Amino acid sequence: MNPALVRWLQAPSIVLLLIWMIVPLSMTIYFSTIRYNLLYPERKGFIGLSNYEFFYTDPSFFPALINTLVLVGSVLVITVVLGLAVSLLIDRPFWGRGVARVMLISPFFIMPTVSALVWKNMLMDPNNGLFAALANALGMTPIEWLQDLPLASIIIMVSWQWTPFAILIFMTSLQSQDQEQKEAATLDGAGFWSQFFHLTLPHLARPISIVILIQMIFHLAIFAEIFVTTSGGPGVQSTNLTYLIYIQSQQAFDVGVASAGGVFAIILANIVAIFLIRAIGKTLTV
Amino acid sequence: MTDKQRDIWKNRIAVFFAWVAALLFFFPIFWMVLTGFKTENQAIAIPPLLFFEPTLENFTEINERTNYSKFALNSIITSFGGTLLALLIAIPSAYAMAFNPGRWTKDILMWMLSTKMLPAVGVLMPIYFLAQNSGLYDTKAVLVIIYAMINLPIVMLILFNYFREIPKEILEASRMDGTSTFNEIRQVVMPLAWGGIASTALLSIILCWNEAFWSIVLTTTDASTLTAFVASFQAPEGLFWAKVSAVSTLACAPIVVFGWLAQKQLVQGMTFGAVK
Repeated sequence: MNPALVRWLQAPSIVLLLIWMIVPLSMTIYFSTIRYNLLYPERKGFIGLSNYEFFYTDPSFFPALINTLVLVGSVLVITVVLGLAVSLLIDRPFWGRGVARVMLISPFFIMPTVSALVWKNMLMDPNNGLFAALANALGMTPIEWLQDLPLASIIIMVSWQWTPFAILIFMTSLQSQDQEQKEAATLDGAGFWSQFFHLTLPHLARPISIVILIQMIFHLAIFAEIFVTTSGGPGVQSTNLTYLIYIQSQQAFDVGVASAGGVFAIILANIVAIFLIRAIGKTLTV
Repeated sequence: MTDKQRDIWKNRIAVFFAWVAALLFFFPIFWMVLTGFKTENQAIAIPPLLFFEPTLENFTEINERTNYSKFALNSIITSFGGTLLALLIAIPSAYAMAFNPGRWTKDILMWMLSTKMLPAVGVLMPIYFLAQNSGLYDTKAVLVIIYAMINLPIVMLILFNYFREIPKEILEASRMDGTSTFNEIRQVVMPLAWGGIASTALLSIILCWNEAFWSIVLTTTDASTLTAFVASFQAPEGLFWAKVSAVSTLACAPIVVFGWLAQKQLVQGMTFGAVK
């Protein structure tokens, strides 16, 4: 192919993505430096970093930041540990393995609003839910999940959806593990744990770090689960940064402050993205 | 017990726990499907019913009481439309990059992937205003455009990896025969890449179908997709569980099947190619 044609074929995707990135990004940065509230359209003008100051001195900011970190951290620990355990359990031939595999990864394909409603209503509802029935049957008082443990409830829902992702990735990686090496280790009398720490874990080190980084990117942006179940409450107990910014824009109509929050969210995601890009760069061959 | 017997038992115990895990993870889905076949009273019965006489009433009533088919159609149009648009943009580019990689090809691909990592909420206000001012707010077109753009990086990457696996010798042979570039793509590359393109499309459709942020923020009634429609059931607590379950079952079933079919692409796509 001649070089000009190559350039022309590449142009659309590059140009469109460039527009898609630059236009909204610069608008967000611009909005974040001006006074811009849809309720008070007459108040305008450049106000420097005041929106940022307003965003981080908001009494909801600090709880939302902590909630975001707790949410992301807990989901990461749960999904990676459970994902490792289950993928090791299923990494052997047995009757019906294909079916078990499909059952294990299915939650990942359920749309987030559906999974949030299923957990909120049919499982966690303190009156008619299944957990309440189980608690009653065991003679315990049913837990008011969304009322008393809102953040924990969100963590459970998100972990249910994302452990299958970890399982899928780890399962795929385990298939490429050197079986002869494992057999040799078994013959040498290496037990399960020593094999796990010396062979399996090093083999999975890369997939684990990739799973962690990708989940961080997605979990910093968790929205639908909170929107459908707790609406960030009670109070701000289950409000994360994404939801806080959504509230600022859609309910307080403060475009300036919401944009300042948006810039903050972008910076936070970029810190993770730098590591992720580096990890991906190692595998991408051109 | 000999070593061999002990190994057999260890294996049995592992298989047992693998099944326990599989049943636990699948249970909420099973319960949702089951509730879809209950009457509203059975759905909120205490204690919950495992055995009951199934009814199809919810599935037949969905369309009378709600606009289910409209939202389903919106989901189909936006996710297939977004996927098609992404493919149209990505196929020529990925093709050019895979067969004529240059000094910057890798950097360009990495940059594309980095745009996928931008949090949606960071550009919420601009996109909202742009949609409003262009008259695209609450239209399927805006979702098609956004879905195409947010999936373009992943589609590019997977297609790039597929095209790269096509042996260059085949292309050289056809070039010797004097085939034009256009015919080369149409007659030689496309038949070989067809499977790759189809499974890339499958992954993109899954991601669009389940997208919930933009569809909730940018639509109200006309262009709402199934994710936004389901979200609208959040308010009345304890009501319509059976109907919501029936809707959810219909909304999720095709995508779960797509997901089973596209596992390999999913691993590659969701890890940005880092795990294959």
